Amino acid sequence: MGLLDRLDNPYEIDGFFLGTVEDLLNWGRSKSDWYLSFGLACCAIEFMAINASHFDLMRFGSIPRATPRQADFIIISGTVTLKMADRIKKLYEQMSEPKYVMSMGSCSNSGGPYWEHGYHVLKGVDRIIPVDVYVPGCPPRPEAFFEGMIKLQNLINNQAIFRKRSSMSAEELAQLEERNQKQKEYMERAAIEYENYQETLKTGGMQNPDYNGKYTINLPKIRMIDHE
Amino acid sequence: MGQRKTIEIDYGAVDTDRMRLNMGPQHPSTHGVLRLEVELEGEIVTEVVPHIGYLHRCFEKTCEFMTYPQVIPYVDRLDYISSMNNEWPFVMGVEKLLGIQIPEKIEYIRVILAELNRIANHQIAVATFGMDSGAFTPFLYLFRDREMILDLFEKCSGGRLLYNYFWVGGLQHDIPPTFKEDCLAIIKKVRETNAEVNNLLIKNKIFIERITNIGILPADVAINFGCSGPVLRGSGVPYDLRKDEPYSIYDRFDFNVIVGEGAMGTLGDCWDRNIVRVNEMEESCKIIEQAIAQMPDEAVDVRALVPKRVKTPKGEIYCKTENPKGELGFYIVSDGSTQPYRMRTRATSFINLSVLPEISKGYMISDLIMILGSIDIVLGEVDR
Repeated sequence: MGLLDRLDNPYEIDGFFLGTVEDLLNWGRSKSDWYLSFGLACCAIEFMAINASHFDLMRFGSIPRATPRQADFIIISGTVTLKMADRIKKLYEQMSEPKYVMSMGSCSNSGGPYWEHGYHVLKGVDRIIPVDVYVPGCPPRPEAFFEGMIKLQNLINNQAIFRKRSSMSAEELAQLEERNQKQKEYMERAAIEYENYQETLKTGGMQNPDYNGKYTINLPKIRMIDHE
Repeated sequence: MGQRKTIEIDYGAVDTDRMRLNMGPQHPSTHGVLRLEVELEGEIVTEVVPHIGYLHRCFEKTCEFMTYPQVIPYVDRLDYISSMNNEWPFVMGVEKLLGIQIPEKIEYIRVILAELNRIANHQIAVATFGMDSGAFTPFLYLFRDREMILDLFEKCSGGRLLYNYFWVGGLQHDIPPTFKEDCLAIIKKVRETNAEVNNLLIKNKIFIERITNIGILPADVAINFGCSGPVLRGSGVPYDLRKDEPYSIYDRFDFNVIVGEGAMGTLGDCWDRNIVRVNEMEESCKIIEQAIAQMPDEAVDVRALVPKRVKTPKGEIYCKTENPKGELGFYIVSDGSTQPYRMRTRATSFINLSVLPEISKGYMISDLIMILGSIDIVLGEVDR
């Protein structure tokens, strides 16, 4: 399915190959997965070792990102407590599509050693966010993590980006229409909100409700002193 | 040349307001899921409130449902960077309750493994401290060497990070045949890399300028807050349980207690706490060398004294050891059954973290990251 398989194609002559745009895009996406640098518990220490010189995760094309906006996938590495679960859900929602989730270790897979008596431990992170790859272990060995990483790359490689309408069933077409309609409504609503925002800017900007007009803003007086 | 110009700013008419900023729980430099509520006056920190509990795993309550051998894996997961050291006080406490005298060779093996784990812990501490200040290269060097230690632990116990190796009355498995050679190879490598890291990071002028004279912790404040380990010794207090109350066989080794001297700035600053960790690696190497030389050669059945069913007599015991991060103690209350009636942990990181609001006031927000890194906390132990 992937681009590298196409290179074995009989049509390949001197660097030319016959393939689809979908293969090319998926090849690029799967080989440059950026992850959110985010650690929870014990597995995070093992994940640091995976990042460091001995195992070197960067050969998979993965670079740590400190903000969810730039990340392609998130690694849930450790015990998810109920207090942390809200934050993880928020982090996942802040990531831009397409996004993937890798659950690393027993704790985030199912609760791990805390499944029985941990009254405050979420029994599996898949109860709040969809998980694509589960890596077992407590903590997983780096080799096990790499197997999960290859599984994630294969998953991305086999994803469909373009599909012809003629090959869709009537039900799928209806779903597509519905999604397009929702998208259109959202865009119209966003345009109205943007116009409203522009108008408030003209009238002196939005008032911060925290201030309630309590403070007046005075700019500091700046004076340049020229010396001889 | 051009004229010299200065800018004069009159803040007289300006209303200034303090800002409250949340740092964490998802932040690359909080060493886990710690949330710091910081009050800022411009860039100056005026108040720090640590919020914990994002990794609370109810260790103490879980122990009440477990038999003593079942508790050991949970003890591993407290301070997950130095698991061997964690198992030791718990196992030693239960052995004291049972009245087991373990063979001498096993004591030596425990000392060697605990000191190796101390080196591994300090390597992570120095590496991440360097990374917080923007130095990435020493991180790669130190983690390369840490893999050697982890390989030896894996040969012994089968685990890379969490071992369950110290059992009540003995060990899980015998040591591998190449144990001594591996230890000596590790020590040689650790010393080589320490020399390299000293040149790259520790004696680097940029690094020294960055971390001296910030986060000053006076000795009296450190003692009042109950700090221990490198945080306390960095303030010049020579308190080390291995020297002061020698447990196991630590009275047989010749080593120094490293204290901060204020060599680059004020006594008790971030530099002092960091240099204590760096020099302690060398002291651990010395202990391991002596232990290997003294260790008896005859083979010992490491499971000979391991009881089939650990049933402690009625009573209570507090057992403490010198962990890489400080004094770790377990208070075990036994009601005569196979399960502890109550377990209480004196968590080192939790107590060391409590000093953070005290020592980070008045510094820049970027210094707060360095002060937090110099305390070297682990959230698994803070929240338990």
